[in-house]
Amino acid sequence: MTAGRTLRLGRGGRGLLIFVGLILIWWGLTLLFRVPSYMLPTPDRVAVALWNGRGYLAHNALITICEIMLGLGFGLLLGASLALAMMFSPLFQRWMMPVLVVSQAIPVFALAPLLVLWFGFGLASKVIMAMLVIFFPVTASFFDGLRRTETGWIDLAKTMRASPYAQLRHVRLVAALPAFGSGLRVAAAVAPIGAVIGEWVGSASGLGYVMLNSNARMQTDVCFAALFLLSLMAVFLWQLVDILLRRILYWVPDASHPAGRSA
Amino acid sequence: MVALVRPRMDAAAAATRDQTPNGGNPGIRVRDLTLRFGAQTVFENLSFEISGGEFVALLGSSGVGKSSLLKIIAGLADATAGSVIGTDGLPIPGRIAYMGQQDLLYPWLTVMQNVTLGARLRREPVDRPWAEHLLERVGLSTRQKALPAALSGGMRQRAAIARTLYERQPIVLMDEPFSALDAITRAMVQDLAAELLADRTVLLITHDPLEACRLGHHLMVLSGHPARLGEPFTVPGQPPRAPDDPAVLTSQGHLLRLLVEASR
Repeated sequence: MTAGRTLRLGRGGRGLLIFVGLILIWWGLTLLFRVPSYMLPTPDRVAVALWNGRGYLAHNALITICEIMLGLGFGLLLGASLALAMMFSPLFQRWMMPVLVVSQAIPVFALAPLLVLWFGFGLASKVIMAMLVIFFPVTASFFDGLRRTETGWIDLAKTMRASPYAQLRHVRLVAALPAFGSGLRVAAAVAPIGAVIGEWVGSASGLGYVMLNSNARMQTDVCFAALFLLSLMAVFLWQLVDILLRRILYWVPDASHPAGRSA
Repeated sequence: MVALVRPRMDAAAAATRDQTPNGGNPGIRVRDLTLRFGAQTVFENLSFEISGGEFVALLGSSGVGKSSLLKIIAGLADATAGSVIGTDGLPIPGRIAYMGQQDLLYPWLTVMQNVTLGARLRREPVDRPWAEHLLERVGLSTRQKALPAALSGGMRQRAAIARTLYERQPIVLMDEPFSALDAITRAMVQDLAAELLADRTVLLITHDPLEACRLGHHLMVLSGHPARLGEPFTVPGQPPRAPDDPAVLTSQGHLLRLLVEASR
């Protein structure tokens, strides 16, 4: 009975409940253990910091959003192009795959200082950083999807005298969309990480910069406010991608929630 | 019922006649066809001819090379040696409609979009009246906008038949299209296919002797390693024959024995 009622809350309701619950636990812990506020500020202090620094925080949040969205856009473009190129040319695939794997073996943290050195303190280095963590899951899953097109579908299209372009446009690309979707989900989840790492290593703006700066000045409440905004952004991005994918992949049974669509 | 749909049916029937004049459908001529994968010979010097307008069922156990043979005839795969050509001397690819082992409906397209798939792939305008007529014939008029996932197995197979007929091709190649259906649905879809495919040149691949005996003007058995064709075989009476027709039952039993012996 209780389970049924929780389900009927809907996704928004459940999200809100989790949010409120976490805040209450956090509040309880700070009160219970009398944690000094420079180590763990109480939620009300963070809320005040959020309000007092609203202009400053909004400005920096906007910059981080820009970095994430640009990184996501370019990362998807790069990821999808690489997957398509690998599908069309087995030679390219054989030479490119090891390069891609190596590119993922190098930790982004190690690359970040170099990227800042090469592309400056501004937007470019962060966008490239986000792009680097985003493109690989997209390439890997999309390529997999393109390669595994049901051969019967292609055979059928061939007997209908479909041109190679029509086979790609109407069969392969559409059939690979669910795989592309799972890559996109991973990409949306890691995109903020890429941008914030870039900001930590070297920047003059963005939420990562705010966190680093406030931390150094013992303004832990501002640091938490920035963290709060960052998680809010990540959740919204995830939701956006989820809604988009559900709409595009209407034909895939229970695209994202195997438990059922009612969720 | 018939009176209601007559105008549309006449137009559609006329269109079919234009495309495929009665008895004028080309047959299939297969000469000395050989298929090898490395050292393994699937079949060697296979020769047979299917006359225009004939429904031929090709039987064989799994793995004997039936599907490969069909793909070669369809132009989807290459033979090691030999030739496949129309009895009119023209090539076969481009003049076939193909039904695969699964219904091969695209899950992201509606029934209507699936039936008219060929037009979309060739960037031709969609012939809606023709598609509607076909959907009516296969009993799916009310499900035009449904996605394949919402259909039963029998309905999906009927949609696939409508898609095959939409192509208006003189030659139809079928690769065990009904093997996934339950016995009752299969019998019904077989009747429908036999009715709608009359006059076409059909090569049906199957491992079901009953299906072959009910539907084929002539039957051929492919067996052995490398595979050989047995003597062509004719069941008396016009297809689709009743499942309890004594001739069908006798032939079915005979065929099953042949197939079992050949597999030993």
